[in-house]
Amino acid sequence: MQVPAPFDYVRATSVADALQLLDRHGPEARVVAGGHSLLPMMKLRLARPEWLVDINDLAELRSITRDGDRLRVGALTRHAELLASELVGELFPIVHDAERVIADPVVRNRGTIGGSLGQADPAEDLTTVCDVLRAQVVIAGRDGERVIGIEELHRGPYETACEQTELITELRLPIRPRSGSAYEKVERRVGDWAVAAAGAQVVLGEDGTIADASIGLTALGLEGCAVEAGAALLGVHPSEEAFAEAGRLAAAASSPVEDQRGPVDYKRHLADELTRRVLRSAAGRAGADVLATAVSGG
Amino acid sequence: MQVTMTVNGTEVTRDVEPRLLLVHFLRETLGLTGTHWGCDTSNCGTCVVLVDGQPVKSCTTLAVMTDGHEVRTVEGLADGATLDPVQQGFMAEHGLQCGFCTPGMLLTARALLDRDPDPDEATIREAISGQICRCTGYATIVRSVRWAAEHPVGAPEQPAEEVPA
Repeated sequence: MQVPAPFDYVRATSVADALQLLDRHGPEARVVAGGHSLLPMMKLRLARPEWLVDINDLAELRSITRDGDRLRVGALTRHAELLASELVGELFPIVHDAERVIADPVVRNRGTIGGSLGQADPAEDLTTVCDVLRAQVVIAGRDGERVIGIEELHRGPYETACEQTELITELRLPIRPRSGSAYEKVERRVGDWAVAAAGAQVVLGEDGTIADASIGLTALGLEGCAVEAGAALLGVHPSEEAFAEAGRLAAAASSPVEDQRGPVDYKRHLADELTRRVLRSAAGRAGADVLATAVSGG
Repeated sequence: MQVTMTVNGTEVTRDVEPRLLLVHFLRETLGLTGTHWGCDTSNCGTCVVLVDGQPVKSCTTLAVMTDGHEVRTVEGLADGATLDPVQQGFMAEHGLQCGFCTPGMLLTARALLDRDPDPDEATIREAISGQICRCTGYATIVRSVRWAAEHPVGAPEQPAEEVPA
């Protein structure tokens, strides 16, 4: 029987209250939202907080709103809510692609986007999605809010720039015209971590060439985006040839490790193949006629 | 600390340790052993109960987190002697063999049908994909949920089939 070590529990009534509680209870206090990362760690005694600050009542952190050229997603938004949002699916199909393969439907009823990002698991899918979309993260602290790029949030496995006395409150996704995005994951079974996954966003210029492209990899040993692979696509027409080159560069940028999910060469092959697939899909969703320019079957 | 929640329509108040998991609160504190306790790692789904109508893995939820919320367990499915259509469906289509996964499957099926009264096979398979059955290969579970969809108010009680001696 797995039971967490004893702790004290308190419910926050507002963001300000949560921050105060974190401050008062010091370094041994942890925030709990969905609890589907933290509670398993507590059961295994990998985490032994003395205080849990429950933020589930903070309705102000549970919203999805379009605000000009960005989408604002409250940190307490559940995976299931992101997946159910038509607005999210229309603006950022990559989010729906990823959410369909994050954990399982029951876990998605509880898990939150802020929790996923804050957990900073190296095999976590939404981090790649946010990297690719060049998301910004709003972090609240005693002295007010600060907004940082997603690339600044992650400091390594299970480590983020969100300090002990701070709270991730919102994710901001820039809305780009003529853009498309996609995510694809290879997993052994529903709910398992990725063997490997890739995500991409493609933004087309008015002349139909690629004005911006970003590619991210999950569980493949790459922090942030595959910059060279993205840069290789700039200014070219979407084509199988261009995607193959980007796939090759993304695979070269990856540094997978062998584990029970597969050997290095298999994972590197996946980096290449999944990059091509998500680019194909993202470009298609951006409105590009990729098939017309295809030269080979990839 | 004291928690108050509605379980199967009845308000209950108990004094619990914050670390008590919802599954143990239901089984041990309230004696509602219909909710099964399986892998303890939020993988198998036999501990699924409904919290505010949504399927949740009760091995990965603290009882204190459901303070003020509404919990529904397998004991809360039947209305007196009348079984819920999903329970009838599992009988009619042999949706169980050993029965270990059944409470979780029933509740997920109930929540699915409340949201989508006429789900196709793919939708049902997706809905139960976070739950493991090692007996049926899922085929009869899917048929059971379809049965419930086709009989939304259940079915009049059938005479028991005669079993040859």
